[in-house]
Amino acid sequence: MKKKLDLKMLRRLYAFIKPNRKYLVLSLFFSAISVLAALFSTVLAGKGVDCIVGKGDVDFRRLLWIVVAIAVVVAVIFVSEWLANIFTQKLTYRTVRDIRNLSIESLEKVPLSFLDSKDKGDILSRVITDVTEISDGLLLGFTQLFNGVVTIVSTLVIMLVLRWEIGLVVGLITPLSLFIANYIAKNTAEEFRKQAVKRGELTALVDEMVGNQKVVKAFLQEENNENRFAEINAQLKESGTRATFYSSITNPATRFVNNIIYVAVGIIGAIMVMHDPVSFTVGTLTAFLMYATRYAKPFNEISGVVTELQSAFTSAKRVFEVLDAEHETPDAPDAVELEAKGDVDIKDVAFSYNKEIALIKDLNLAVKKGQRIAIVGPTGCGKTTIINLLMRFYDVDEGSISVDGHDIRTVTRDSLHSSYGMVLQETWIKKGTVRENIAYGRPDADAESVVAAAKNAHADSFIRRLPNGYDTVIGEDSGGISEGQKQLLCIARIMLDLPNMLILDEATSSIDTRTEIKIQKAFDTMMEGRTSFVVAHRLSTIEHADKILVMDKGRIVEQGTHKQLLAKQGFYYHLYNSQFAQV
Amino acid sequence: MWKLRRFLKNYKKEAIIAPLFKFFEAALELVVPIVMAEIIDVGIKNGNEMYCYFMAFMLCCFAAMGLGCSLIAQYYAAKAAHGYGTELRTAVYKKINSFSHAELDSLGMPTLITRITADINQSEKGVNRFLRLFLRSPFIVLGALIASLIIDWTMGLIFLGVTVAMGLFIWLIMAITIPKNGKVQRALDEINGITRENLAGARVVRAFSMQDEEIANFKKKNARLMKMQTVLGVVSSLLNPVTYVFVNLGVVLVLYLGGNFVYNGTLTQGEISALINYMSQILLALVVFANLVVVVASGSASSARVKEVLDMHSSLVEGTKENAEYPDTVLEFKSVCFKYNAGGDNVLTDINFTLKRGETLGIIGGTGSGKSTVINLAERFYDVDSGEILVDGMPVKEYKFKALRSKFGLVPQKAVLFKNTVRGNIKWGKADATDEEIVRALEIAQMKDVLDSWNVGLDKMIEQGGRNLSGGQRQRMTIARAIVGNPEILVLDDSASALDYATDYRLRKAITENCKSTVIIVSQRASAIMNADKILVMDDGKIVGTGTHEELLKKCEVYKEICASQLAAKGGAK
Repeated sequence: MKKKLDLKMLRRLYAFIKPNRKYLVLSLFFSAISVLAALFSTVLAGKGVDCIVGKGDVDFRRLLWIVVAIAVVVAVIFVSEWLANIFTQKLTYRTVRDIRNLSIESLEKVPLSFLDSKDKGDILSRVITDVTEISDGLLLGFTQLFNGVVTIVSTLVIMLVLRWEIGLVVGLITPLSLFIANYIAKNTAEEFRKQAVKRGELTALVDEMVGNQKVVKAFLQEENNENRFAEINAQLKESGTRATFYSSITNPATRFVNNIIYVAVGIIGAIMVMHDPVSFTVGTLTAFLMYATRYAKPFNEISGVVTELQSAFTSAKRVFEVLDAEHETPDAPDAVELEAKGDVDIKDVAFSYNKEIALIKDLNLAVKKGQRIAIVGPTGCGKTTIINLLMRFYDVDEGSISVDGHDIRTVTRDSLHSSYGMVLQETWIKKGTVRENIAYGRPDADAESVVAAAKNAHADSFIRRLPNGYDTVIGEDSGGISEGQKQLLCIARIMLDLPNMLILDEATSSIDTRTEIKIQKAFDTMMEGRTSFVVAHRLSTIEHADKILVMDKGRIVEQGTHKQLLAKQGFYYHLYNSQFAQV
Repeated sequence: MWKLRRFLKNYKKEAIIAPLFKFFEAALELVVPIVMAEIIDVGIKNGNEMYCYFMAFMLCCFAAMGLGCSLIAQYYAAKAAHGYGTELRTAVYKKINSFSHAELDSLGMPTLITRITADINQSEKGVNRFLRLFLRSPFIVLGALIASLIIDWTMGLIFLGVTVAMGLFIWLIMAITIPKNGKVQRALDEINGITRENLAGARVVRAFSMQDEEIANFKKKNARLMKMQTVLGVVSSLLNPVTYVFVNLGVVLVLYLGGNFVYNGTLTQGEISALINYMSQILLALVVFANLVVVVASGSASSARVKEVLDMHSSLVEGTKENAEYPDTVLEFKSVCFKYNAGGDNVLTDINFTLKRGETLGIIGGTGSGKSTVINLAERFYDVDSGEILVDGMPVKEYKFKALRSKFGLVPQKAVLFKNTVRGNIKWGKADATDEEIVRALEIAQMKDVLDSWNVGLDKMIEQGGRNLSGGQRQRMTIARAIVGNPEILVLDDSASALDYATDYRLRKAITENCKSTVIIVSQRASAIMNADKILVMDDGKIVGTGTHEELLKKCEVYKEICASQLAAKGGAK
């Protein structure tokens, strides 16, 4: 069963190699040549030794030929091994590039539900670490395996041909070192597992305590934690020492087996030379001693290759999950390019993320061009759902949403997206200059329009104070600009090309009072005459809204104007009054 | 790595035995070709089978002894390395605990976590490899050189030449590839960055229909990475073939010149065979050495990072006094100025206020206005740049940390709980708290009903970070933790945000009724502080208003603005 799966996986992986398969062929070809040439050079070295028998007994003519031959063979080995390496690397890096390119293509095309449901760090490690793992394990592992097998087979053949008795001895005993290595590995695995458990415990402790060091200090828990740390650390020392020691037995043990083989070849060879010095020479013995060493080497490597291949398969599976993710339904062939004026009609919409838990039901809302809709509700409880549906990041389950009379499923996604200007509370800044960030949606925008957009967003003054003004490089993690300033940049991005409909998310808390006032002003400028959906936190926004959607636990519980909702004395009334009574 | 050697001092014996026995093993290995030469030159020449068997027996003994030496070496290397790692870990952890918030901020928690885990593991591995292998390769190279010099000094010179040439070449390759490797790593980081960016900004990318541009940009950078990797690959894959060429040229020279020497009778056939053997041993040792340099280099990069932590010192000098006085003024700030970074802007400018025993102080303002900094300074997590802070009439700098901080009960902004029982978590606030005291604290924190719903009561396990509790429950737990020790000053740092209004109200009432503490409430919500005896309004690091709610509504613009904007804000939030 497992075998079958691996075969399917291999076939799949081969599909990625296929466009670059000429490198695979070339790499295998040259590495085979280099292995065989190396064998031949050993034969030549043995012959060379045979030319040097003793005092006054050296065949210089033959020796010269052999020396020249070795030099030529060495040159061949040099070229072929280098070429083999280069082709392997080309194959590896090209394949990696292709897989990564496919991954990003897939990630840009999957529905947002895929990205929302997955841990971002996990997806990231699939694209970066796992792909590297595939290249390391599969391609390098594979070439190593190929090299190893060629070496083993050819050495064994040449030994059997030269002297089948010795060949048999070497051929049969050497795999013993493989068994020993396996045996040790199996027993070491348990020790490694114990070490991993202890390491995990220690990391968890450090993660928890150092991660919250400020709380630890506030409650004076330093000493207490040091004691806990010391306890686990001592256990880790025990298990770590054992794991390291057991695993490091492998090399000496296999070396021991190889040394014994070396002795066996030496003694059998020596006796043979004594009995039959004509057909079995000292040179042959020297060559045999070299073969014995050469033959042993790949056995040690192959045991490592197997684990590498296994982890490569695991990684491949994780990468395929990204590549195989279903893409968004493509635009219909007759999809319309929307040029929205700003009438939005939501009709009998039902939607839920999880089909078992109903979320939105029978939602009806008619918005005329230029109207302002406020969405009110507890933080993190479903306000983004409305945005998701309006932007068609998610499709409705039932009913329809239409803009200017077009069902949004019948227009192209791009034209729908560009009909809305969206500012989310979670700001997103791309690594690049301030200018590039503002011109994100229109990279060809000229300098004046970028500055004009920044001015409209009240961002111009702070941008000018940055070290390099509009050319200052900023990014996700870069300090220097505050959360509020990032939001102003996001607004400037929209200002550059202001569409007729807006989706705005008012900031709640993370912004100082002054910047907040600026943002509010920018919002007001934008909303002039445009259809806008605002996730609202401010009294003025709510009071001036044409309609308020009140959300709770992901559902829309009420809708109406401020006055209507107050008169209704329902959820909104209660909410509003409980505040009002207090202040 | 060398600079951290003091952590090996308790493992001196192990650190010496390990390489010593590696040396013995190498020596035994070097004897093998000579013995084999004897078999050829003496045994075969004279047809002495017994001699051959004897020598073969000797070789088997050497192999067994080599195995023994090697096992001893591995054992002591493992012991020394893990001893080193363990002591280093303890030292680093102690160091981290000694840091003030200033050092914690400058290094950052994630960095500290990586250093105490991954980096120390790497360094530990480096020590182990170093003890086991780093010395072995030079032993073998040197030994093989000496052996060849003993056999024949001319031949020895050839060996020396080849070894030096090969050493230089390996050094050259590494000198080229190591910096290139760094560049490749950075290019990979860039790819990583783009991917992360696209995952985080998926909505914005789609809103602007920029998917195709993002893909194109990724492909461009990805192609660049591939190109750099390929160039690096071409250079680094020279290593094996070139060393091979060197060794075989050595073999060719040995064969040809050796032929002359044998002809003249200065060398024997067996010795030629031994020399060829030594040549391949040198090759293997050098290649192992080259690979090792990479491992040790990464180990020493990790060690350097660990050392950076050890070399940092807390910027706070602990005072020596305790204070048993309880004057009427609990807390006083006198013209306090503070900035986090020496070059940065002031975070607090000229802060003055006093707090009387039993009063409630509210601090309000936007993020970045410096509210939480006031708390951090009062507990002396940082030192002020100028001005003075007095707690119970004594400057905070004169207090022992423990004496000062145990006066405070802090409810931090982020409701952090730890993997432990409820009892264990609450006991952080008072190590010897009885179950009655704990239940009482939970009651005040409005957690009684939740506590009753767990059938295991105080033994309920809290998962890491308090994952198995709701946000509101977590927050009430942290409040219980702070009040269980009945602190002199209870500090609520924006810590009721996840509570609904009714619970928030009951909680504040219960605290006023039951705790005799002086209370400081930091909040962005006007409703949380409006009933305080005194309110500080902060903006941009300055106090822009002081007084009661009513007073401030009359005279403080910023406060008015906050109240006006929040009326609905809380409607939205709750």
